[in-house]
Amino acid sequence: MQKGLEDQLGLYQKRIPIFTRSVKGRFRRFKTSVLVLAYTVFFLLPWLPWSRLDAPSQALLFDLPGRRFLIFGLTVYPQDVVWLALLLFIAAILLFFVTGLVGRAFCGYFCFQTLWTDFYIWLEYKIQGERPARVRLYRQPWDREKIIKVGGTHGLWLLASFWTGLTFVAYFTYAPRLVVDFFTGQAAAAAYITTGILTLSTYLAAGLMREQICTYVCPYGRFQSVMYEPETLAVHYDARRGEGVHGRASARAGQRTLTERHEKGVGDCVDCGLCVQVCPVGIDIREGLQYKCISCGLCIDACNTIMDSFEFPRGLIRYDSEENLASATPAAPKVQWKRLKTIGYGVALLLMSAYLVYSVSTRGSFDRAVNQIRQPLYVVLSNGDIRNRYQIRVTNKSAQDQAYAFSARGIPEGALDLGNFSQITIKPGHSGLVQASVRLAPDLAAKTRHFELLITPVGKAAEARSETVRFDHPGQRP
Amino acid sequence: MSEQKLQSQTVQTTGHAWDGDLQEYNNPLPVWWVYTFYATVVFALVYWTIYPSWPFGKGWIGGVSNITYVNSEGETKTHSWNTRALLMEDMNKATAAQKPYFDKISAMSYEQIAKDPEMSGFILSSGKALFADNCAPCHQAGGQGKIGFFPNLTDDDWLYGGSFNAIHETLMSGRRGYMPAFEEVLDGEQVDQLANYVASLSGMEHDAGKAAAGNVLFRSETAACYYCHTSEATGRKDMGAPNLTDNIWLWADVPAASSGEGKVAAIRGIIAGGLNKGVMPAWSGRLSPEQIKVLTVYVHELGGGQ
Repeated sequence: MQKGLEDQLGLYQKRIPIFTRSVKGRFRRFKTSVLVLAYTVFFLLPWLPWSRLDAPSQALLFDLPGRRFLIFGLTVYPQDVVWLALLLFIAAILLFFVTGLVGRAFCGYFCFQTLWTDFYIWLEYKIQGERPARVRLYRQPWDREKIIKVGGTHGLWLLASFWTGLTFVAYFTYAPRLVVDFFTGQAAAAAYITTGILTLSTYLAAGLMREQICTYVCPYGRFQSVMYEPETLAVHYDARRGEGVHGRASARAGQRTLTERHEKGVGDCVDCGLCVQVCPVGIDIREGLQYKCISCGLCIDACNTIMDSFEFPRGLIRYDSEENLASATPAAPKVQWKRLKTIGYGVALLLMSAYLVYSVSTRGSFDRAVNQIRQPLYVVLSNGDIRNRYQIRVTNKSAQDQAYAFSARGIPEGALDLGNFSQITIKPGHSGLVQASVRLAPDLAAKTRHFELLITPVGKAAEARSETVRFDHPGQRP
Repeated sequence: MSEQKLQSQTVQTTGHAWDGDLQEYNNPLPVWWVYTFYATVVFALVYWTIYPSWPFGKGWIGGVSNITYVNSEGETKTHSWNTRALLMEDMNKATAAQKPYFDKISAMSYEQIAKDPEMSGFILSSGKALFADNCAPCHQAGGQGKIGFFPNLTDDDWLYGGSFNAIHETLMSGRRGYMPAFEEVLDGEQVDQLANYVASLSGMEHDAGKAAAGNVLFRSETAACYYCHTSEATGRKDMGAPNLTDNIWLWADVPAASSGEGKVAAIRGIIAGGLNKGVMPAWSGRLSPEQIKVLTVYVHELGGGQ
């Protein structure tokens, strides 16, 4: 198929515009509820108050200058980075687990790219009308109507993008003050820059690029494909039923009922094209599972609407597995989880979640690190005693000033010398350093390999924590 | 769908043909890619105007972002953006941030500093850096010194005194430790006797007969050890003469010797050859008074002071 040069003038491939038709159904309802819930949480959470002694009263505040995350009653410090690692691990495993079971459910229903795109398409639909009206508007010259409608759409998109950006920034500073400062020109430069970048990127990604982000930019969509198995549920067109012997055909007179169609050998698909019109990534699901499909289920809704109107059974396009579709007598599609991989992911997910919950719920009110000073490991004193020195770092993770006292177990009383400070008071979120030394007579030193160093928050004996500490002496071989 | 059919549907050709049938595939770039490429071009243009970019004559185009800093001579300089100027600017900021602490330190007494938790924390961190820059080449990173060369600052023995004032004096004016070579006035037997006596002082293995003779010699005018080490052999801090009765050795590498004879031999070597290398330089002109104060407290806390 040779094409003339005149068709090839462009150096790049232009995007084919997609005008999706709105649709009603189960998956549309689910998608909408997720969108409403996600938007409610994202846009309102920074405004939720939470009374605190030492920080702004905001329920969720990522206080970067203060180097702490305030998450409701929990304060997370950089030392707790392992929680973030666990959270990322859990998120990754959850993605693998769900993808193995029901395909790219994340892409279709939960990804912020598809959520925002969905919202922007809804705005477009509200202003410019249903698909035919939008196509007409697209084709007509730039007259008054087009300028107002298209301009209005882009204006609203920009507004939504701006509020998205500003809301994101509100998670990092006290929201009520940010909004006032932002419009009076007093907010930090970082706030303006971040809001600007996010406004632009949201507008571009959700308004203009849309499915191109999923197709060309996003790695997740691509690597989720390798997690598909024959048993994985995905949005499929039942080609056997839809195409019959002689292929799909429109429902004109003589092939309107299923009996008539089956007699003629035509499939159940009436070739209305609605599944293509509702698709936000502009594919034809009847060509089979493809990498562009974000598995949003809107074509299922569209097809079911048509099937209902013809009184054909539903489910010509449905969630089903390749294995089931290929079998001689397809059973009712169901989630198949009895596979080693899926169970493995499930177990990992449970274990890691349990560990995270355990780690967060049993967190101490302070962090401690007892480091033996290694240069030198030990000192011989003038009377022959051996001295080891230690640096104790205590980080106060509670919400108020706290004093900490230190004591030792496993060595004689008086052997632990804390210099000028028997206890140290530390501000919330801050760390304090204490120099300690332990002095033992030579014969005792030769027998002492370890001892316990006890750190007790003054007045909270129950929260005391102990550390096993090494003691070195000259007779020791490394 | 056959391979050929697939290709004819998806891959276009440019329409050029050579040698009759040789054609060129046309795989157009996605539009987002092209726009991204244009965006990088715009980015480069902006970058060139802000930061130093092109060579120009003997110099270069500096860009509009200048950095102003104060150099070590106290001159204010403005330079086009570079990482060295950026470092200088950062150093200026750090110096300014340290200033309140140093001001506080110069107003406080040593005892006040040592008992203030916040100041002690500052001494620990700033003292560590100062020590590493200036003192560690001899006294080692942790202040543990090196037997035969530099004293250990982490033990409880202080050659010139371990009070704040004594340490301050040592830092300001430096020290010079000296011991004459006794092989010039004593014979080998006498040096051996003295060495055995010194070994006996700290309870080490020794020849009792030689030690008794050494005891006499120690106090005699021939050797006159007691001039500096005192008749109790506990040393004199005003001269930096070490205490010979404790378990700490600086010049004679006694801890390294495994046998009693080896330990005595190490002591004998010092008595015979003397030493003239106990030199501590003066720091008064090289460090600021506040820095010396920080180091005084830091060194005092290393070994617990006196």
